[in-house]
Amino acid sequence: MNKESKIHDYSAKSEVGFVRTRRTRLQRILLELRKAPPTAIIGLFIIIFYIILALFAGQIAPYGEAEIFPIPYAPWGGDHIFGTDQIGRDVYTRLIYGARNTVGIAIITTILAFVIGGFFGLLAAILGSWTDQILSRLVDVMMAIPSLIFALMLLSIFGTNAINLIIILAVLESTRVFRLTRAVGMNVVVMDYVEVARLRGEKIGWVIRKEILPNILPPLVAEFGLRFCFTFLAIAALSFLGVGIQPPSADWGSMVRENAGLINFAHYDIKAGLTPLLPAAAIAILTVAVNFVVDWFLQKTSGIRDEK
Amino acid sequence: MHPIIITVLQRLALGILTLFLVSLVIFLSLDFLPGDFGEALLGQSAREDTVAAFRKELGLDRPIMIRYFDWVGGVLTGDLGSSFSGRNASGIDRSRTVVDLVAPRLSNTLFLALTAAVIAVPLSLFLGITTALYRGSFYDRAINVTTLTTISFPEFFVGYILILILATLYPVFPSLANIEEGSPFLDRLYKIALPAMTLTLVIVAHMMRMTRAAIINLLASPYIEMARLKGASASEVILRHALPNAWAPIATVIAFNLAYLVVGVVVVEVVFVYPGIGQLMVDSVTVRDVPVVQACALIFAATYIILNLIADIIGIITNPRILHPR
Repeated sequence: MNKESKIHDYSAKSEVGFVRTRRTRLQRILLELRKAPPTAIIGLFIIIFYIILALFAGQIAPYGEAEIFPIPYAPWGGDHIFGTDQIGRDVYTRLIYGARNTVGIAIITTILAFVIGGFFGLLAAILGSWTDQILSRLVDVMMAIPSLIFALMLLSIFGTNAINLIIILAVLESTRVFRLTRAVGMNVVVMDYVEVARLRGEKIGWVIRKEILPNILPPLVAEFGLRFCFTFLAIAALSFLGVGIQPPSADWGSMVRENAGLINFAHYDIKAGLTPLLPAAAIAILTVAVNFVVDWFLQKTSGIRDEK
Repeated sequence: MHPIIITVLQRLALGILTLFLVSLVIFLSLDFLPGDFGEALLGQSAREDTVAAFRKELGLDRPIMIRYFDWVGGVLTGDLGSSFSGRNASGIDRSRTVVDLVAPRLSNTLFLALTAAVIAVPLSLFLGITTALYRGSFYDRAINVTTLTTISFPEFFVGYILILILATLYPVFPSLANIEEGSPFLDRLYKIALPAMTLTLVIVAHMMRMTRAAIINLLASPYIEMARLKGASASEVILRHALPNAWAPIATVIAFNLAYLVVGVVVVEVVFVYPGIGQLMVDSVTVRDVPVVQACALIFAATYIILNLIADIIGIITNPRILHPR
């Protein structure tokens, strides 16, 4: 092949076209992951592990969620890896089912909180004036009461069951989401491209979906992680106090309380003393993992670091 | 009038308005009680006239505004009504007044919270300021990792770890903080050692990180750089330029965390079976004793609001920009 024909073969399109091929979404995600700090990777693995546990609890767990065995407070080992609880249910099985119940309810609550808080936050940011004033003052009053105390009070009135728990916590958490959505929404609503879209005669729903939401999404996603942690800890605390998720559903918070008595036997059998700490550790590890990932995500999207 | 007095008065008025609205919310919650509540509380065998009498006693047949002002008047004169528990289907009333239930427990809770605060506030301010000054050092990073982990732990996890180590394996402190009335001060301190330690650990982590962030933020401001460039010594920069502006953020951090302490105390009291107002509230929620729950909620909310109010006022009266108006 001589030099002439090589030049002839050259086409700008083939070269540039190759370079400009967009990486697929999967490729981009994998590329980001390779650059992620080790803490974020560990966090992601832990979260995926919990999700698998939650989804396949029925297949992984050796026994049924509320199956009762003849020996209560059985020691570790043998048929029961982590022994049995106060009425003879397998602790290992209930730990696995706890991932489904506790984490599941926390996720549903957080999503509901974001739907409520996000909707009203955007409404306040777009409509402004009176709508904004009324909603904001209402949220101010709700936030003046510590949320755990408020939740306890509302639970005593509406009664303690899982659905009330989800609704009450979602409404209380949505006040925080409202504040954030309104604040970031305010900055975007005044942008020229939003005004152009509205002048063009687009419907309000279209403007929100196509122009505003994509621009306020990163802070909201990070907030979702943080809110999930708060909700998760709140549900665990309420269940621990005996007013959250009710038996016989396996739940980490109430498992800690039910087995707390075992801690006094740690002197004779250290493993028995550790039993009540297992569900508590399960809660703590997931919270740490989510925090790690959120931290990384915040650094990625905003460039803001803890330091400086 | 000096502008500072006007600002403080405005903030006070806003605080009182918030207290009023919060009391309204807490009061109105009683109205959302499901209709069959009287029956649920008095038992299946309750006669119709007993239920009607009960509803009448709650005042559910009177206009809402009148009931609210009655309630607020009662709260201000120390009368919070009487508890639901102790009533039964036969209509005999053995209930105790809410004040009788709440008062002794309130002092217990205050004792625990104050002990924790006395240890936690100086400790976290010291840690926060030193880590900010020596940031990036090994000391800073070690403290940061420790506190980040503690923040993610639920209070009861910290509490039970302490019980496992310091009460069961190495019995140094008692695991139950069942203090009684009239026991000597040192005995009480010994009994609440573990709950106070749990609260301290949880609070210090939050407070120290917030103090550190506030100080770092402050040291990055242009006038600090100006003072350094001017040739002022390190101590002069800190004492003359940074400190006067640091009171407001520090006061906010302390108030925020003391308010957090109010909430944390509920869980910690249950872990250590401490006879405080938090445990009373949880017990009352379980049996749906609404007057007691309302009283506890009001106390917690008022503490929370007042702490934030104090922090804001400290922030206002130490703000050099308002102190020396042009």
